[in-house]
Amino acid sequence: MDAFSAVLQGLPMTIVLTLSAFAIGIVGAVPLALGLSSSNILVGLASRLFVDLVRGVPIIVWLFLLKFGIQIGTFKFNPVGAAIVGLGVVSVAYLAEIYRGGLQAVPRGQGEAAHALGLTRGTTFYGVMVPQAFRIVSPSIATYLTGLLKDSSIASTIIVAEMVFQSQSFARQHPTIEGILPYILVGILYIVLSLPVAYLSRRLDSRMRKAVYA
Amino acid sequence: MTWLTEWAAYLPQMMSGLSVSLLIAGVSIVAGYPLGLILSVMVSAKNTALRTLALAVVEVGRGAPALVILYLFYYGLPKFGIAFESITAACLALIWNSAAYSSEIMRAGIQSVGRGQLEASNALGLSQAHTFWRVIMPQGMRSAIPGLMGVAIQMFQGTSLAYAIAVPELMKSAYNIGSQDFNYLQIFTLAGLCYAAISMPATWITVFFEKRLARHA
Repeated sequence: MDAFSAVLQGLPMTIVLTLSAFAIGIVGAVPLALGLSSSNILVGLASRLFVDLVRGVPIIVWLFLLKFGIQIGTFKFNPVGAAIVGLGVVSVAYLAEIYRGGLQAVPRGQGEAAHALGLTRGTTFYGVMVPQAFRIVSPSIATYLTGLLKDSSIASTIIVAEMVFQSQSFARQHPTIEGILPYILVGILYIVLSLPVAYLSRRLDSRMRKAVYA
Repeated sequence: MTWLTEWAAYLPQMMSGLSVSLLIAGVSIVAGYPLGLILSVMVSAKNTALRTLALAVVEVGRGAPALVILYLFYYGLPKFGIAFESITAACLALIWNSAAYSSEIMRAGIQSVGRGQLEASNALGLSQAHTFWRVIMPQGMRSAIPGLMGVAIQMFQGTSLAYAIAVPELMKSAYNIGSQDFNYLQIFTLAGLCYAAISMPATWITVFFEKRLARHA
């Protein structure tokens, strides 16, 4: 088997890891972002502490903690489960911070205007604030997704058979000069994979700009 | 309570790992930022070959996972007869990373300096070098500070990847202790707290700087 098909064997797992963790993050970050912007000091502080703690610990530590440290009765994480949950928790924290920044960037007047028009708090939030905030943060979310794609490579350290793991095992079987190829190929592949995300984000962004300003 | 006494017993062993982590992070920052500055200038060079080379170095450094670059240096290059010790390979990989990220931040900082500053320097008859080093750079670097601090934190956390090539840093010390008594939960929690004890205050200081800069902008 050549180096390229060896690396490609890990591609589905890389995509599964990235998208699963991203899905956890996109949904889980919503309540946390609300907590971060809460007017209740205790809720705000607790959310802030959680976000900073999760982001302050390297991903590899989260993965090892889940994979080797967690045992509840007979339950233990398998490598893929530990990788998805670990990457998911980290993306919850990062995306919550991105959401919070977006909500904060919506001009105050928008909320006041909605209030003056007699809109309910729910409508103000979901119909006025959230759409504008989403437009502001969509490029940051896309940047985060490409970061997450790269971070999924760390799952190889807990023996998840994604792209880096596959390139490692190919390199081990080929101690000749050919053994450097998979590392170069996998590096290029990560860069190539992040291109469509950047492209889609730009398109989405310009479409939403038209929708708002046209 | 038992956790605390065990942690106290493990801490000295962890500290030697932490000092290795801090050393690698320090090297990657001290060597990476000047390289990043050179790259940021090269990226806007008129010479196409120079510009393309710098762009390639930056894009690979940012686009490929740090772990891949680490493996490339440690497992890949020896196949060309270029062998590094694991800690050297880790430093080189993270230097590439920090140079690539910091060059983008410095470029953005330099670009954020108003054109008027350049025009004013020209009007005053300042030389090109003088304009760059004494007018553009100080202002550009000032707005780059929070971003560069962020990269430094990222590099410190990135040192944990050196575990994968058996560098005796914090994560490796934790794993070694854990595999003696199988108390992985305690030991990885302690390792996480060690990383957080440095990253969290550093993040708060970064946020403080960001806010101050925003106020004076």
